[in-house]
Amino acid sequence: MKRPIRVLIAKPGLDGHDRGAKVIARALRDAGMEVIYTGLRQTPEQIVAAAVQEDVDVVGLSLLSGAHNYLFPKVADLLKEQGVDDVLIIGGGVIPNEDIQGLKEAGISEIFTPGTPTAKMIEYIKNNLKRI
Amino acid sequence: MDGDLMSYSQLIEKMLAGDKRSCAKLITAVENDPEKAEKIIREIHQYTGKAHIIGITGPPGAGKSTLTDKIVKKLISQGNKVAVIAVDPTSPYSGGSILGDRIRMQDLALNPDVFIRSMGTRGYLGGLSKYTKNALKILDAAGYNHIIIETVGVGQSEVDVVKIADTIVMVMVPGLGDDIQSIKAGIMEIGDIFVINKSDLFGADRTALEVNMMLDLTMEMDRRPPVVKVTAVKNEGIDDLVNEIKEHLNYLKESRKLEERRKANIKLEVLELMEEQLRKIAISHTDSENKLEDEVIEILNKNKNAYEVRDKLLKGMGTHLRESL
Ligand code: B12
Ligand SMILES: Nc1nc2c(ncn2[C@@H]2O[C@H](COP(=O)(O)OP(=O)(O)OP(=O)(O)O)[C@@H](O)[C@H]2O)c(=O)[nH]1
Ligand SMILES: [Mg+2]
Repeated sequence: MKRPIRVLIAKPGLDGHDRGAKVIARALRDAGMEVIYTGLRQTPEQIVAAAVQEDVDVVGLSLLSGAHNYLFPKVADLLKEQGVDDVLIIGGGVIPNEDIQGLKEAGISEIFTPGTPTAKMIEYIKNNLKRI
Repeated sequence: MDGDLMSYSQLIEKMLAGDKRSCAKLITAVENDPEKAEKIIREIHQYTGKAHIIGITGPPGAGKSTLTDKIVKKLISQGNKVAVIAVDPTSPYSGGSILGDRIRMQDLALNPDVFIRSMGTRGYLGGLSKYTKNALKILDAAGYNHIIIETVGVGQSEVDVVKIADTIVMVMVPGLGDDIQSIKAGIMEIGDIFVINKSDLFGADRTALEVNMMLDLTMEMDRRPPVVKVTAVKNEGIDDLVNEIKEHLNYLKESRKLEERRKANIKLEVLELMEEQLRKIAISHTDSENKLEDEVIEILNKNKNAYEVRDKLLKGMGTHLRESL
């Protein structure tokens, strides 16, 4: 049975830039996905708890403050700790190119920086789900 | 994830032992696949029926989520386990949705005694999703002894929450003005408790007065619903509200209305399931050998009428029906 892709869009840490997260939430909704938006200032623990309870297919992290190298891997680690291995983790925001490889090694499958068309992100999600 | 019964039995076992991830996976299954839902609900039915189901409804933006957050906090402080199902509208154009109710319940995410699940209506018009009831059963079986269902913001007729909740909390806000009149139509009747939220805003007393007047005018009530003024953002009035919610459950139990309500709802559920199943069987019956196709031409050519064809096909369906059960 066809079911909508469920995505958690989360903003970890103290970063207050939420335009990007909202733009992505709307774009994914318009692409037919169910987007759970949890608002600003979430701890990695809260994000993971929400991802588990909502049983999402995708966790999308948005960060413009520069704390991505700590917060993104933390979310990935906590998910792994909870035995969640069927969720695609992606991220976006102001993230320097030189950080991307390290984030990928930490379990973030892809990073989308400013200027990336949302169509590309939608396509990426659809093609890289870990759950069928 | 594959759908064989074995893995569901395992998930159910873990869910019953308190595992949230299994609980979440089971909700996904019942929300998306009627066949899986059937298997799961058959197995867990015996564990259900213990929770107090509370419906929170009211116009968009009335503060339902904020209020839910505060009610949950009060209930867990009293030692309860609480689950929330928060329903938001699905876009009829894209089929997608933004489920934002959790924003108001952020600091509940980590509480071991709380489980929150967001759902899109997915084209269902009753203010809930078609599968809200199934999700509810899972949470009930999982041992959450209070389950709060936040409906989408109600307009005129989205009152399906009465079919699954024991206690309906109707949230109003100051400044609805004429809307109170329009809300009255289908919706005043279903409230067991009326909340005037945003009592910090101008006009709360007047709204409370209007609601009280309206309730006084309504005849044939066994119980006059209370009107409670609260300010959810400041956590004011929540103790009173939670007391009223418990009062209502006591009233339902003592008057045996709880049993009555639940019986009526189960009846509805069984009828709905029968309707669904009969429809499925009818379609597969008439599809086989193109039975319907031929008859349609007869009707089109005025050789037969639709009622005649209905009766004929229904008669032929007898064996088919027995075989498919
Ligand atoms: C607008 C803005 C603000 C607004 C924010 C309004 C709001 N509510 O969002 C205001 C004025 C409030 C603000 C404040 C600050 N800002 Co500012 N702000 C910006 C600015 C100019 C644009 C950000 C924006 O909205 N872009 C538009 C959106 C749509 O793009 P986006 O968020 O990048 O998202 C796109 C992609 O990144 C990606 N994406 C993003 N998230 C996700 C998630 C997923 C899952 C996916 C798939 C994709 C994805 O897709 C989006 C669409 O393409 C940037 C500079 C810049 N060019 O980015 C600085 C910037 C982010 N701000 C910055 C700073 C320093 C601040 C302040 C600390 C300034 C100060 N000293 O007070 C404060 C902090 C505020 C806070 N509480 O956190 C710095 C951050 C530096 C850093 N990273 O090291 C920046 C980069 C400016 C700079 N060059 O110095 N800011
Ligand atoms: N002034 C005031 N604002 C409140 C109060 N309660 C909630 N709000 C605000 O009302 C807005 C909507 O609150 P929500 O809790 O999201 O309302 P809702 O009914 O769940 O909204 P939908 O789910 O979208 O229908 C938010 O900005 C809240 O902060 C209150 O008691 N007083
Ligand atoms: Mg809400």
